[in-house]
Amino acid sequence: MQNTVTKTEEITSGVLAGNRRSIARAITIIENGKAEAKKLIASIYPHTGKAHLIGLTGPGGSGKSTLIEKIVREYRRRGKTVGVVAVDPTSPFTGGAFLGDRIRMQELSTDPDVFIRSMATRNYPGGIARATKDAVKVLDAAGKDLVLVETVGAGQSEVEIIKVAQTVVVTYAPGLGDEIQAIKAGLMEIADIFVVNKADRESADKAVMDIQAMLQLNDKKTAWKPPILKTTALTGEGVPELVEKIEEHRRFLEKEVGRERDLEKAETELVEALKEGIARSIIDELKREGKFEELTRKIVERRTDPASAAEKLLRKQLRRRNDA
Amino acid sequence: MQSTRKIRVLIAKPGLDSHDRGAKVVARALRDAGMEVIYTGLRQSPEQIVETALQEDVDVIGLSILSGAHKTLFPRIMELINEEGLTDMVVFAGGIIPQEDMQELRKIGIKGIFGPGTSTETIIKFVLKNAHKRT
Repeated sequence: MQNTVTKTEEITSGVLAGNRRSIARAITIIENGKAEAKKLIASIYPHTGKAHLIGLTGPGGSGKSTLIEKIVREYRRRGKTVGVVAVDPTSPFTGGAFLGDRIRMQELSTDPDVFIRSMATRNYPGGIARATKDAVKVLDAAGKDLVLVETVGAGQSEVEIIKVAQTVVVTYAPGLGDEIQAIKAGLMEIADIFVVNKADRESADKAVMDIQAMLQLNDKKTAWKPPILKTTALTGEGVPELVEKIEEHRRFLEKEVGRERDLEKAETELVEALKEGIARSIIDELKREGKFEELTRKIVERRTDPASAAEKLLRKQLRRRNDA
Repeated sequence: MQSTRKIRVLIAKPGLDSHDRGAKVVARALRDAGMEVIYTGLRQSPEQIVETALQEDVDVIGLSILSGAHKTLFPRIMELINEEGLTDMVVFAGGIIPQEDMQELRKIGIKGIFGPGTSTETIIKFVLKNAHKRT
């Protein structure tokens, strides 16, 4: 075990020095979720919280990857260093994945101040991977000024990105079908900025109007009114204006609700870690005692249902702890 | 946290030819075999390919070439891999590579060379056999 400790330390200091190989290794360790992942996250965590975290989400084919390439270039022009995590789906059948977001970001690949990592969801729901938020921490700790996360092509309920990003950009493209259908409830509510990409298309203005109409129905009173911008990612038109808006939102967060959002995020992360830990410890114990299989069999045979079985288990566990 | 180890493969197209049917077939086959496959797109320089492999921390790099420039591009790629210390990554190649060049390419560290007509099964087996030697 001595070995693992030193390895973690070595990777941590590499990450903090911005070493590309260490960053890459760190993300792999986190993705594979071994015991060292926890140690690694713990050791880099004090060095995070400096980067601005931006999420890009929206339906597949709305131009997220192309737009990211242009956004990164605009930030590079402004002298900022950038990390990108691009998420694509894992096949639920084979467990494999085809990660193709880099195809649109080729020209960024040799810029030493840009680090791009493709990531498969590994069947984690919500449009990102389980490892995404910790991979973002690695890039943050490595000193990137901003970290962009591209979600999988998202529809209505892939809203996990709000747990990662401080500024959420929702992209849409005209002509994708039943206009705003694709971004109704969920995505509509998490957007800090809307982008109608492929704005050179005829129906772009109609898409803008549709989003406007949806927003007006939204009666939530908030200090930040999500703007709707038009971009043509292929030519880069509208991208400087988009980056300006992102910066405006960053300043807004710093002044207004930033702290509150940070607290909310910390709370969610803590609750999730607790849930995972509690579940793990109970499951491990049951498996050791051979009771896990017994219970699952009972559920299949309809002698109990999953919720009741879980409740009974929890009660028993709590009683045991009290006795101890 | 559940522990899962996935094989990550980079499929890259060095050089100027734009025939990527073969590369895509291989990418797809490896994906269907449960691997995570990163595809670079066309016309990549050796620098772009090696930097991508580094950032993506892949286990295996597959190079597809049909332009005939393998004798200049592959040695450069292997040189960069050595410079960056990525020698634990396994490199294989596919495309149009004449018999008489193969030995030379093997000598510089290209572990597998697969010509036209190779079944995807053969390539999957090669990757499975070689990828897990990494820690």
